[in-house]
Amino acid sequence: MRRLAALVAALGVLALPGVAIAQDCPRTTLADIEDEVMCPICGTPLALATEAPQAQRERAYIERQIRDCRSKEQIKQALVAQFGESVLALPGDGGGDDLGDRLVYVIPALGILLGLGGVALAVARWRRRTPRQAARVTAATDSGRLESDMERYDL
Amino acid sequence: MRRLLAPVPIAVLAVLVALVALLGYGLSENEPDRKVEEALGAGERDPAPPLQLPRLSGVGAETLDQYKGQVVVLNFWASWCEPCRKESPLLQRWHERMEKRKGTVVGVDVQDVTDDARDFISEYALTYPMLRDGEGLTRETFAIIGFPETFVLDRRGRIAAVRRGPVDERFMREQVQPLLKEPA
Repeated sequence: MRRLAALVAALGVLALPGVAIAQDCPRTTLADIEDEVMCPICGTPLALATEAPQAQRERAYIERQIRDCRSKEQIKQALVAQFGESVLALPGDGGGDDLGDRLVYVIPALGILLGLGGVALAVARWRRRTPRQAARVTAATDSGRLESDMERYDL
Repeated sequence: MRRLLAPVPIAVLAVLVALVALLGYGLSENEPDRKVEEALGAGERDPAPPLQLPRLSGVGAETLDQYKGQVVVLNFWASWCEPCRKESPLLQRWHERMEKRKGTVVGVDVQDVTDDARDFISEYALTYPMLRDGEGLTRETFAIIGFPETFVLDRRGRIAAVRRGPVDERFMREQVQPLLKEPA
């Protein structure tokens, strides 16, 4: 029994460095990376290229990097070394401070703001117009009823 | 008429025109470039676009100019491409044949994982020069739309034949062999 306990303890000691390495490993997952990088041949984000063999090779490459304990940033850099900057799917990921990278965020925001402004303007105009139209409709209905009453009573 | 000149219809019209223009641009951009085929069809040989790429081994770089005076079978491939597997033994055989008559196969591995490409080369024991185009720049300069694609260059660096898809013995015999007899 003592021998068994000693063996278990020895195995535990041997396993410790492995556990420590595993804990040091950054928790990177394939899913976390594949929507931020491109499948260069497919021309789509890697996450969307499910069946393409080139995408599967790229995934296998990323998985090898994950097994080698690389962080997300390190893996992205490794992909850039393989395929160039165009492998990065997110604007600004290349590290450059390009105007284009900023415009990618600014233009949709401006579009949304303009759209909201347009909707607000349309609602305001509609609300202003509705009472006037209602009054016009009411007046038309009243005069019609008056006409018919006068005809009915032969006035 | 006044209603049509109001800002909203004009804006809607502008958006529609922009969408149609964008669609037209997209369609024209996706049209494959077939200048090489057109030139060959007219009996002309256009000069091959310039090419400078690092060796797949990671040591040094090469240009196409270095091969002037030789017949070059320029093969664009990738390790994930199944038809590339099929044609590789044939290319290796022809490289060995051509070497004796001032000719060579040059492989360009395009947008591929380097380790996978090196495994591929070991698997098929390929000995011809291998270049690496990680960023896929040659896809535009050579108007490549798929893999493999092969351009045959005469001794003056002009495109004498092209194959979109895997090469076979017949193509090599009909398109490459006569070039080996041409003087520089």
